[in-house]
Amino acid sequence: MSSSHSYPHEPTGVETRKLGMWVFLSTEILFFGTLITTFMIFKGRDFPGIKLTDVYDIPFTSISSFILLMSSLTMVLAHNALEANDQEKTRVWLLATAMLGAVFLAGQIYEFTEFYHKGFELSTNIFSSTFYVLTGFHGLHVFIGVVLLLALWGIGQRQKGLTLEGGMNLEFVALYWHFVDIVWIVLFTVVYLI
Amino acid sequence: MTKIIEPNKQSNIFKRPSSETGIWSWITTVDHKRIGIMYGYAAFFFLLIGGLEALVLRIQLSQPDNNFLTAAEYNAMFTMHGTTMIFLAIMPISAAFFNYLLPLQIGARDVAFPRLNALSFWIFIFGGAFLYSTFIFGTAGAPDGGYLAEEVGWLGSAPNGGWFGYQPNAGLKYSPGTAMDYWAIGLQILGIASLISAFNFITTIINMRTKGMRFMRMPVFTWMTFAVSFLLAFSLPIIAIALFYVTFDRKFGTTFFLTEGGGDPVLWQHLFWLFGHPEVYILILPAFGIVSEVLPTFARKPLFGYAAIVFAGFGIAFIGFGVWAHHMFASAISPVAQAGFGLSTMVIAVPTGVKIFNWLGTIWGGKIKLNTPMLFSLGFIGMFVIGGLSGVTHSVVPADTQQTDTYYIVAHFHYVLFGGALFGIFSGLYYWFPKVWGKMYNETLGKIHFWLMLIGFNLTFGPMHWLGLQGQVRRTWVYAEETNLQFWNIIVTIGAFIIAVSIIVFMINWIFSKRNGEKAPFDPWDARTIEWTIPSPTPVWNFSKAPEVKSLDDFWHSKYDEDEDGRAVRKESTDQMLVELEEEGLNPSENIVLPNPSYFPILLAAGLPFLGYAVIYKSIPLALIGTLFLLIGGFGWGTEPLEEEVEENLEHE
Repeated sequence: MSSSHSYPHEPTGVETRKLGMWVFLSTEILFFGTLITTFMIFKGRDFPGIKLTDVYDIPFTSISSFILLMSSLTMVLAHNALEANDQEKTRVWLLATAMLGAVFLAGQIYEFTEFYHKGFELSTNIFSSTFYVLTGFHGLHVFIGVVLLLALWGIGQRQKGLTLEGGMNLEFVALYWHFVDIVWIVLFTVVYLI
Repeated sequence: MTKIIEPNKQSNIFKRPSSETGIWSWITTVDHKRIGIMYGYAAFFFLLIGGLEALVLRIQLSQPDNNFLTAAEYNAMFTMHGTTMIFLAIMPISAAFFNYLLPLQIGARDVAFPRLNALSFWIFIFGGAFLYSTFIFGTAGAPDGGYLAEEVGWLGSAPNGGWFGYQPNAGLKYSPGTAMDYWAIGLQILGIASLISAFNFITTIINMRTKGMRFMRMPVFTWMTFAVSFLLAFSLPIIAIALFYVTFDRKFGTTFFLTEGGGDPVLWQHLFWLFGHPEVYILILPAFGIVSEVLPTFARKPLFGYAAIVFAGFGIAFIGFGVWAHHMFASAISPVAQAGFGLSTMVIAVPTGVKIFNWLGTIWGGKIKLNTPMLFSLGFIGMFVIGGLSGVTHSVVPADTQQTDTYYIVAHFHYVLFGGALFGIFSGLYYWFPKVWGKMYNETLGKIHFWLMLIGFNLTFGPMHWLGLQGQVRRTWVYAEETNLQFWNIIVTIGAFIIAVSIIVFMINWIFSKRNGEKAPFDPWDARTIEWTIPSPTPVWNFSKAPEVKSLDDFWHSKYDEDEDGRAVRKESTDQMLVELEEEGLNPSENIVLPNPSYFPILLAAGLPFLGYAVIYKSIPLALIGTLFLLIGGFGWGTEPLEEEVEENLEHE
């Protein structure tokens, strides 16, 4: 901010955009909370037809979950690199994060197709419906995250490079990305393991 | 030296919008005041449409066995009346107040995210247009065994499952056609608008307060905005997911709410009212805030129990999440749950009562000036108490079971939402009229408006209590002559038309006063909060320099001292101070940086209706068009600097 600008900013000391992101994430918790609650309600009920346990492949999903978790690590590495003002490394780690996210998405698409071939479709029964809407909603979040990461990577190509200030900055995207990863830990546990 | 920095007109990719007047300046504006004004006009437009729908309903019910409307048309009209009034009239008109006043009350130059603010507004506009496009594109088919297809007509081609969209009635089987899809997706779009504004206001209040504006010095209206924003942020996700499920059920063959596939219709009711009850407080808390500003100003006393009113507001907001099932006493929920929710419903009356008594304490012994805003605020207290009392009667489960789906309920929630929310809103519209337009409204017309509305309102909704207790069923297009209900029904209809006349008086007053009204002094009410320390109409830059706040009701304390008896005595220096304030407000002494206008909010928002149509008609091309808008808008948004380049300008100069 320019010095002639007498307006005080951020009496809380938290950057305004970051604060906005935190508020946004708090509502995301309710989005996922509602979905998970519905899933749990229907999980205990009787329903006709094929079940998730008949079609899923835990080792496969575990590996793709591991890949998504690793992307959080690369995200942190990107953030560290930017704090050390190493633009080159920042870009590398950003791209790595986006790629890991994309691999996870590819895994999810593969998994969904497999399930479909085995007869576990969106409208097969109430369980399959909740399963697809819940995990699909998370997949959409991962997809948006990958787009954001690639956009950041693109911005990083400019001469000025990335900074920790200004519009859509790395910290902002990182918060979102970690959130999406944490949600997956919960989903994986609730949907596949319990 | 006065200088407003010209925004840099060239951005990297797109030309920056540059007009300052005319239609483009409004379309690209990110100024919270202009957005507030646009919110206000759009919401009032929808208020008129919702009002017309109500009049059509009342004409139908004025006579027993009337055939002015068919059953299908009646269903569509009451659904659209409810949906319009809640989502397109009261909520956005509250958003208009939030937008215009919030930055002024906390001494900020704008909200935290000006472009997001414009985005919420445009999403709201497109959402409303999308919902109403059902009259052109939508179809409401005739279910088997229901009314006949030829009775649907033009008016009937709108959503017809009630604003609450109960399942399975609102499902594809009983509501065929696309009209309920328009409803589900329309509300989804409107919800996005409200969610975005909620993030924006929460962040603004936490992070944009001026020097010395501690939380416990904020005006009560700001506090209520804060509470409403939290309610929006935490309740809208629930309805969003529930509406997803409805759309999936209707379009993609799932059975979330349909028993035939193992789904659960009562789950819809839970999810809907988990949102729906906080929604009630979303509608009423802004009015609480407005009244808490108006009463102390016109009673010329400080607000009685400021902290109690603030905490009661948050108490209401918090408990508001724990009473939803009292809307469902007639549904399949267990007796234990009924008892629990009956109790929590009684409990929520406590913080509400705290507020009422604090308002009474505020006017007690005050030097009351009965200007129009004060009349509406007093009317608000009276009408809201009636609505609140009939509300508490619903916590008695057996009585509620008896009254469910009768006009008693209709009477109750209109006393709360019309007698409460709308009276509060009119109070605010008159109170801040001079601030917004720099003109005074016509006091006589204002008072005529108030009395007509008060009489019309009570004639309309008062007799509904009796009608309901006598057993007239709501959402039903006729009643038989043998029921002897016609006397009160014709009174109700007359009352509805008196309300319509009062609204016309209001509109005449508004249009006339805005054009030819007397010039308003910048502090016409001798007010207490800092939005009155700046000239009227508010300059584009709000405050010439960031104000510093030393106490609650800071402006009042800078004008008045206390004598030994605790009476307010106007300081000798006050008149001089006011002159200086106006001078300073019009002539800022430092550079002012304002956020640049932007095309991208409206572009981004324009994508959503296309995505909505794409889902309804399962059309890939429409989805691609929608996505294209989102991409262009999002990309332009992300690469468009908001203020940074202005700084570069400064450095070059």
